[in-house]
Amino acid sequence: MSLSVDIQHRLGAFTLDTRFTAAGRVTALFGRSGAGKTSLVNVIAGLIRPEHGRVVVDDETLLDSERGIFVPKHRRRIGYVFQEGRLFPHLTVRQNLRYGAWFAPREARYVEYDRVVETMGLAHLLDRKPDKLSGGERQRVAIGRALLASPRLLLMDEPLAQLDATRRHEILTFIERLREAFAVPIVYVSHAMDEVIRLADTLVLIDSGKVAATGPVEELLSRLDLRPLTGRYEAGAVIAARVASTDDAFGLTHLEFPGGTLRVSRLDGQPGTPVRVRIRARDVSLALSRPSDISVLNIFEGTVTEIATDAEDPTGAQLDVRLDIGVPLWARITRRSAHDLGIAPGRRVHALVKSVAIDRPI
Amino acid sequence: MEDWLTLSPAEWTAVRLSLRVAFWATLVSLPFGVAVALLLVRTEFWGKSFLNALVHLPLILPPVVTGYILLLLLGRNGLIGKPLAELGVVFAFRWTGAALACGVMGFPLLVRAIRLSVEAIDRRLEDAAGTLGANPGWIFLTVTLPLTLPGIIAGAILSFARSMGEFGATITFVSNIPGETATMSVAIFTLLQVPGGDAAALRLTIVSVAISLLALALSEWMARRAGRRLADA
Repeated sequence: MSLSVDIQHRLGAFTLDTRFTAAGRVTALFGRSGAGKTSLVNVIAGLIRPEHGRVVVDDETLLDSERGIFVPKHRRRIGYVFQEGRLFPHLTVRQNLRYGAWFAPREARYVEYDRVVETMGLAHLLDRKPDKLSGGERQRVAIGRALLASPRLLLMDEPLAQLDATRRHEILTFIERLREAFAVPIVYVSHAMDEVIRLADTLVLIDSGKVAATGPVEELLSRLDLRPLTGRYEAGAVIAARVASTDDAFGLTHLEFPGGTLRVSRLDGQPGTPVRVRIRARDVSLALSRPSDISVLNIFEGTVTEIATDAEDPTGAQLDVRLDIGVPLWARITRRSAHDLGIAPGRRVHALVKSVAIDRPI
Repeated sequence: MEDWLTLSPAEWTAVRLSLRVAFWATLVSLPFGVAVALLLVRTEFWGKSFLNALVHLPLILPPVVTGYILLLLLGRNGLIGKPLAELGVVFAFRWTGAALACGVMGFPLLVRAIRLSVEAIDRRLEDAAGTLGANPGWIFLTVTLPLTLPGIIAGAILSFARSMGEFGATITFVSNIPGETATMSVAIFTLLQVPGGDAAALRLTIVSVAISLLALALSEWMARRAGRRLADA
């Protein structure tokens, strides 16, 4: 899949001026509410016709204002999962699902009805009307319906925004499942970084209608200049790793990554399975020499590359230190410690990782 | 002594005629009602308020005036009636004319009811259907129309009931020709003009009340059914 977007569109006082290309399996459009993410996917889906622009999916031009090309939404074969589901109230779940498949050109169909029902866990809901479904069930049906249209690209506009934490987790699991089960490229709109880290491989950061940065999730999240957009509270490094082996005696799994081996609580995964781990800056401590007699299992040697004080509070107690341990890693320490240890770019240090969040299990 | 409960053949004719006129008046005006309601809700065009006023005119004009306007326009020598007559289409003094008068009188009620339903439709559902591959025609048939159904049913029943009771426009436009244009209301009125006609008038009145009650019950039942179907619309 390749998606290339280049649009300029004015909406009242707001201007959408966006340019990016994406080729990943899951591309996340991330930004604050009102950053223009929904307008952007509406342009891709053909619900909005922008003043200027081009949208190309897999070498097919869907929009080109210069050449007067505008493929109407029903001929784009772009699936859309809306924030509020938008199930047809007069149809049952089964009819809603079939509606998606009905209009898909026969030769382009690659999604089977039974498989969707099974993957999304819909078998017991088929005869119900949408008003008899919970919020989470409704979104599962909406996702299934969009899938059954056999789209070449699936847009998801904050599909979890109106759900509570438990439901969000449940649907995330379903979306992960469909990502593996159907080879459909996804563009996922969100303002929640945990969803993005769990699902996406490519990240497009949107700020006030413009693209602030595009790139692999791991890379963008380790960049300091993007902190104001990616969020400081959960600041940390996202690292792609692979399951290497399991230490059954102690219930640990060894994960290999370019900086060495991470030991984490046991994961169910065959050696070689990719996982994505997030190490929060506040879970990393620094030492000048390799400490011994310490409970921390994960210690990595590296070099300080950058020191970041909080731009809004330069005299605050804490600062973030960026290290290179083979991959970028962040440590949040007090300004006092940084001073006492003489932390400065180029300094060799040991990073002590207290805990690791596994953000993308298999 | 005459049997109080048995309708004479002539009275039956009036009842059957009324039902036929009301049925066709409603059926033929339905698609126009849907189209005008959609036009009024969904589009902006020059002269929209004029169309709106025109549709509502029969509701506020005296029915006799409406009937007279129809006569002027569609009578044998009318503005539209004359060229139509040359094509072989005649409304004047025919039951089709009675149906036309009834359809016109019921039209504002029909449009108002459908309009309410169209206004209540979440247009985002139509966008969703579009992204699923439905073209505008299919969207209309599979989403818009089914969601308008409660309004269409309510409007049709109102229009039918209005047609059953229509008198002024009918008698003005197509007069009272027994078996052709003398619907129940017209027949009752005529019977009351002649000595000894009250028994027949009463019988027709009872039939009229019965049909009206039936229509009312039917509309309640349909509205409940449609309401249940679309509780979450």
